Amino acid sequence: MTKLTFIAHDGTHFDVDAENGSTVMENAIRNAVPGIEAECGGACACATCHVYVDEAWTAEVGEPEAMEEDMLDFAYDVQPNSRLSCQIKVRDALDGLVVRVPARQG
Amino acid sequence: MTDITRTDVLIVGAGPVGLFAVFELGLFDMKCHLIDILDRPGGQCAELYPEKPIYDIPGWPSISAQGLVDKLLEQIAPFKPDFTFNRMVSSLEKLEDGSFRVITDENEVFEAKVVVIAAGGGSFQPKRPPIPGIELYEGKSVFYSVRRMEEFRGHDLIIVGGGDSALDWTLNLQPVAKSVTLVHRRPEFRAAPDSVNKMYAMQEMKELEFKVGQVAGLTGVDGQLSSATIKGTSGDIEVPCTRMLPFFGLTMKLGPIAEWGLNLHENMISVDTEKFQTSVPGIFAVGDINWYPGKLKLILSGFHEVALMAQAAKRIISPGERIVFQYTTSSTSLQKKLGVAG
Repeated sequence: MTKLTFIAHDGTHFDVDAENGSTVMENAIRNAVPGIEAECGGACACATCHVYVDEAWTAEVGEPEAMEEDMLDFAYDVQPNSRLSCQIKVRDALDGLVVRVPARQG
Repeated sequence: MTDITRTDVLIVGAGPVGLFAVFELGLFDMKCHLIDILDRPGGQCAELYPEKPIYDIPGWPSISAQGLVDKLLEQIAPFKPDFTFNRMVSSLEKLEDGSFRVITDENEVFEAKVVVIAAGGGSFQPKRPPIPGIELYEGKSVFYSVRRMEEFRGHDLIIVGGGDSALDWTLNLQPVAKSVTLVHRRPEFRAAPDSVNKMYAMQEMKELEFKVGQVAGLTGVDGQLSSATIKGTSGDIEVPCTRMLPFFGLTMKLGPIAEWGLNLHENMISVDTEKFQTSVPGIFAVGDINWYPGKLKLILSGFHEVALMAQAAKRIISPGERIVFQYTTSSTSLQKKLGVAG
């Protein structure tokens, strides 16, 4: 199991055990992390699972692909460390990953 | 008096479940008319994820969302449904004879004995960008679409977004507006490369401005904008503007259906599980928009719902007529309707 930490907008920490191969978004939904809506169900077709990747992790998580960048245009307050959590796959190297949930989704 | 379009069953929403409703209703000789806010059939399948494969349609180990829509259209073709696209249903009224009058946002009038709401997550509507206080300006100086280009004549216009709508209107309104500033959060665009090149060429000629950034705030009085704050890579700048057109894609809202007096359950329409009828007899709700204990938002659940709904609809449209349960595999009368009788 890979450990992930979601920090909700009010500062609450959610530490969850994630299965490798699942998406970060799926783990947020499974654990009822507030502020992750995932309206389209993970098809990279909305921008309602937007998260900020902790600065310490941006290099390991990597950059969004072109399609994800396009969807990020629709998100709220996009920062250089913004990602759509449905496009981040959990793997061993992400053990300990910290992501923050923005004030609102779109 | 406006022309009235009469049909047996009016279906609100032309997504996969609305389309399959035409089939089940058609087997019982009911004629259908579908209304959808999009410009083509398919709903979310066509608008959100046409290329994505779906793996839980019985009999199809994998089918693309658009592929499913195409197959459904082929399947319902024998029943010759009518479509009205680019319209949102706005009001519904029960008439004395028990039928319903439905009026669209463009004032077209429909009358039907049965109304089936197959509106999925609701109607696709322009997404409100995350700019504080923007609602104070909507419809007065902030617009989400261009109805008449003249409304922008002589104005300092800011267009926000990086897709085709944003680029097309930037190019088309440039000759009309006093000034045009395009704002997009990055220098890459989703729009057609040709439009992007034209935009850059006009920027070279100083015919318009392009700024990389996000709109962070608006200033104005009584709904009339005077300027916008743009948060760019090198800090905030204030840009004068009297009109704004944000293009942030579409989102789904229940919309006017919420005002129809139907019992709702958290933004979904409550139905029974025998007929999938709402709290108003004669109005049914199927697919993602309905709710009942155990509801699963799956296309296949919607297909089941329309089959049962069709039985109940038939009883309303042809009261007293005996409904004979038949299989398409063996019934010559059903096969005749499908145009496959030997």
